[in-house]
Amino acid sequence: MDSSFPDPLVELRDLSFGYGERVILDGVSLMVPRGKVTALMGTSGSGKTTILRLIGGQNRAQKGELRLYGPDGFQDVGTLNQEQLYAARRRMGMLFQFGALFADLSVFENVAFPLREHTTLPEGMVRDIVLMKLNAVGLRGARHLMPSEISGGMARRVALARAIALDPELVMYDEPFSGLDPISVGTAARLIRQLNDSMGLTSIFVSHELEETFSIADHVIILANGKVAAQGRPQDVRQSDDPLVSQYVHARPDGPVQFHYPGPSVEQDFGAAPAPLVPPSGQWT
Amino acid sequence: MLFGPAFRRFGLIRDQIHFLGNYSLAIIAVSGLFVGFVFGLQGYYTLQRYGSSEALGLLVTLTLVRELGPVVTALLFAGRAGTSLTAEIGLMKAGEQISVMEMMAVDPVQRVLAPRFWAGVIVMPLLAAVFSATGIIGGWVVGVLMIGVDAGSFWSQIQGGVDVWQDVGNGLIKSVVFGFTVTFVALLQGFEAQATPEGVSKATTRTVVMASLAVLGLDFILTAMMFSL
Repeated sequence: MDSSFPDPLVELRDLSFGYGERVILDGVSLMVPRGKVTALMGTSGSGKTTILRLIGGQNRAQKGELRLYGPDGFQDVGTLNQEQLYAARRRMGMLFQFGALFADLSVFENVAFPLREHTTLPEGMVRDIVLMKLNAVGLRGARHLMPSEISGGMARRVALARAIALDPELVMYDEPFSGLDPISVGTAARLIRQLNDSMGLTSIFVSHELEETFSIADHVIILANGKVAAQGRPQDVRQSDDPLVSQYVHARPDGPVQFHYPGPSVEQDFGAAPAPLVPPSGQWT
Repeated sequence: MLFGPAFRRFGLIRDQIHFLGNYSLAIIAVSGLFVGFVFGLQGYYTLQRYGSSEALGLLVTLTLVRELGPVVTALLFAGRAGTSLTAEIGLMKAGEQISVMEMMAVDPVQRVLAPRFWAGVIVMPLLAAVFSATGIIGGWVVGVLMIGVDAGSFWSQIQGGVDVWQDVGNGLIKSVVFGFTVTFVALLQGFEAQATPEGVSKATTRTVVMASLAVLGLDFILTAMMFSL
C-alpha cells in the first residue's frame, strides 16, 4: 500500500473478482487518494475498467473489501443494498468510454438529466447550472445540438459536464482519451486536471496514453495479471525497475508481456508435420 | 417497480403514449379499413346464401369488436411498436445508456421501462377501437356503397345487436390484456438483450414471435372464459 497519500477516498483491500473461472483481479489492494488525480493503467484485460465498475457498485467483489470513505467513516460498497448504493452513487460521477449520451436528448437536456432526476430546482436554476457545466467543458454554445450532431471528443466533454452536474466528490473516467485526436486528448487531459483542482474533486481515470497520463496524474497504479504491479507518484513508477512496469511505461513490444499469443513453435507449424489448427486439449502448452 | 413511481411523472407516460400510439395510428387505421373491406365481401357472400344480407353490419361489427379488433391490433402493435421498443431498449443497453443511468442513481426500470409499459397498456385499447371503427367503415363502404345492402338495415342491425358489456366490454378486456402482454414481452426482450448488434437483432425477432404466440394463445383462453361466463 502506498503511504505517500494518507487520506484515501476509495480503498481496495485484498479484493478479488472474476467472471466464472476467469480471474480478473486477484487480491488487489490499492487506494485512491482524496483530492488527487489517480491514473489506472495496465495491459488490456488487466481489470482497469472492472475496478471502476466495482467502485460504482455495478459489479460485486467475490472476496475482499472496497471502502468508500465519507464523513462518518467508510462503507463497503460490495455490501450495500440498492438504496444505499444509489445514495453512494450520488457522490460519484462516471464518464463512460464513448460518453453514453442519451441519443434522444439534446446536449442541454443530457446535462440537465441528473438535475431533473434528483432535484426539484426551478427551471431557471437548472438552466444556469447546465450552462455553467457546459461552459466548464467549453461547449456552452453547443447546448442545442443533438448527440448525433457532435464529434466523439465533444460527446465525451458533454458526458463529463453531465457527470459533474451534481457536484460529485469522485469522478471516474473510463478511457477518456481513446479514439481522440491529439488536440482532443490534450484538451481532455487538461480538463480532468482543471476540474479536479477547481471543483475539489477526486478523479480516477483509466488510460493507455502514457505522456498525457504521467503529465496530469498525482498517483499512478499499474495493473498486470490481476495484481497491482506498481503504484505511486508518476516519477517513481516511471523509474521502476520491475521488468513488467518498465516494459509498459517504455512501450516495449516484448518482455514479460509477450508479443506472441501462446501456440506451437514456428518449426512445428511450418515443418513436415504441421501442428493442428485447434489445440487437442483446448489450449497450447 | 413498474407500478407507483411512474404515475407520479405522468409526462413520461404521455410522451410514450404519443410515441407508441400516434406512430402506430396509420398502420392500424389502414389495416382496419382493408380488413373491413374483405369482411364486407366475404360476409355478403355467406349471408346472401341465407337471404340475410342485411345482417352484414352486425356480422362485421361483432367479428371486429369481439375478436379481430383486439387480436389483429395486438399483432400489428407487436410488429410496429413492440419491435421498436425492444430495439430502443437494446440499443440503449449496447450504448451503455442504461449503465450510465444506474451510475447516476436513476433506476432504469422506473425511468425507462415503466412509462413505456403503461403507455403500451393504455394505447392498445385505443388502437383496437380505431381498428374496429375503421373496419366497420370498410364493411359499410363495400356492403352499402358498392354492393347495395340497405344502409338502414346495416346500421340498425348493429345498433340492435351489439351489447356494450358483452361485446364491446369483452373486446376491451382482451385488448388491455394484449397490451400488457405485448409491451411486457417487448421491454423484457430489450432489457435482457445481449449488448451487441446480433443480440439486439435476435431480441427484436423474439419479441415478434413470442408476443404473437402469446396473443393468439391468450385470445383462445380469454374467449373460452368469456363464452363460459
